[in-house]
Amino acid sequence: MNAQPSLAGTKGRHFRSERFDFGSFFFSGLTGLATLLILAILAVILGNILINGWSGLSWRFVSTIPKKDFFNQETTGVLPMIVGTTFRVLVMTIFVIPIGVITAVYLTEYADNTAASTRVIRGAINNLAGVPSIVFGLFGLGFFINFIGKNMDAILNSAGPTWSQPAVIWASLTLAVMTLPVVIVATEESLKAIPPGLREASLALGATKLETVIRIVLPQALPGIMTGGILAVSRAGGEVAPILFTGAAYYMSGLPKSLTNQFMDLGYHVYVLSTQSPNIDQTRPILYATVLVLLLLTFALNFVAILIRARVRKKLRALQ
Amino acid sequence: MPETILQKLTVASSTTGETKSEAGPLIEVDNLSLHYGPARALKQISLHISERLVTAFIGPSGCGKSTLLRCFNRMNDLIDHVRIEGTTRIGGHDIYSSKVDVIELRKRVGMVFQKSNPFPKSIYDNIAYGLRLHGVKSKSEVDAVVEQSLRNAALWDEVKDRLHASALGLSGGQQQRLCIARAIAIKPEIILMDEPASALDPIATAKIEDLILELKRDFTIVIVTHNMQQAARISDYTAFFYLGELIEFDSTRKIFTNPAKKQTEDYVTGRFG
Repeated sequence: MNAQPSLAGTKGRHFRSERFDFGSFFFSGLTGLATLLILAILAVILGNILINGWSGLSWRFVSTIPKKDFFNQETTGVLPMIVGTTFRVLVMTIFVIPIGVITAVYLTEYADNTAASTRVIRGAINNLAGVPSIVFGLFGLGFFINFIGKNMDAILNSAGPTWSQPAVIWASLTLAVMTLPVVIVATEESLKAIPPGLREASLALGATKLETVIRIVLPQALPGIMTGGILAVSRAGGEVAPILFTGAAYYMSGLPKSLTNQFMDLGYHVYVLSTQSPNIDQTRPILYATVLVLLLLTFALNFVAILIRARVRKKLRALQ
Repeated sequence: MPETILQKLTVASSTTGETKSEAGPLIEVDNLSLHYGPARALKQISLHISERLVTAFIGPSGCGKSTLLRCFNRMNDLIDHVRIEGTTRIGGHDIYSSKVDVIELRKRVGMVFQKSNPFPKSIYDNIAYGLRLHGVKSKSEVDAVVEQSLRNAALWDEVKDRLHASALGLSGGQQQRLCIARAIAIKPEIILMDEPASALDPIATAKIEDLILELKRDFTIVIVTHNMQQAARISDYTAFFYLGELIEFDSTRKIFTNPAKKQTEDYVTGRFG
């Protein structure tokens, strides 16, 4: 009602703004600056590592198994650490993807969303994501090594402690527990995006719920599941705290050969180099090169996963 | 191609007009009530649906017609907190008895949904899906059923050159006919259709209606529709629902020309709803 007279009053006015909109200008400038700041920090970190690490990088460096004295730039190498980190990340993926996907399928396809128990499970998963990584490390030591490992040794009548000591499998399982929420949430999101009509169509044709999940729902959710896997790999690749007590070794003379071996790890090696060195200036180039290798390895693992996901997406898109 | 559909249509209407004889009821509903939690969606419905006829359910939104339709293949089982009283028999068997295998029931009672929902697979795989579920492995057999189902759904001529292309590339009307082909591929006795043409343009709707008249030679069809003319054109019997109650159930001619209840008359003449 009141709009009428005021509208009439605008007659004959031009649309040019008479005053400068300082608020909008300030805010768009602020968002731009914040973005720039993040980019600048990233550029400084990457640039610093690249410039200082590049000179230390060589084929000999990445393909050498070092002697106990790995502070000597001439003879040291990081092959066991590359193998160890890759090994533990891959084993973790094998555990975390199936468990995470099955949990997400339970929560979206089977669980009664109004039930209190479902809310408790969801809350527990969210809390799992907030637990500090060193706590996961202690959990891995207490649960996997001292409980599961000890009992396995007892049951299998091992000659010495075989399972009840730090090993690739325990480090990987600990990391799997840590990255579980990432996989669950990503999978759940992709399951929720699938139209309910597809499930109904399948059930109406006489499919069981399991057949519907396996043949209709999961193939559609595959890219989302892989996104979860990629996020888990990124998170776990550089983590050190969870593997401190569960598998990482200060030094090993050879490469890890089985799931019950300990392993040397790039992230942990960075920590060792920066804290245990007898001569900091001499170690610095090795340290930079090792950090660069860790970065490149994490990027490489991500890149492979992203390539596979792109292929899956392309396949699915061909049907859309 | 339009000729073949026309030919089929004339054949269909001439044969159904003469040879159709009243068969015994295939679906018998007695005193069926359905509750969603505390809310009652269906109130003591009783009606008998005959074999190889088209039965239309009409009524304003929320009157329970879709809910009743979904009782016949137990799709309501999927919703939490649904309670059903009364009996529903198909071919003499109580489908809510604990001995009934729901999978077997849904094989015999197919369904076509309001929104066409082809799987994001090829046209061929959409139809083969149901066959493979039920253990058909031989490729030649699957090939034959795929072709026959597409022919019966009046879609074969349009898609025979791109069977392995995505079903999602079809038009809305074609997708819906594909869903019908998918439903009839597993040879059900009854096809439930929940507003199958409500999202389609008039030409695609006409094709679906022709198809329904064609299909009733082999199948018993129960269709929910909001379109009064559609019910009048294609159905033999019509049930009018209002607020979860069955107001009137009679031959379509009777419902549309001389209904017994005033409410039915008001609805079919467009005075409310």
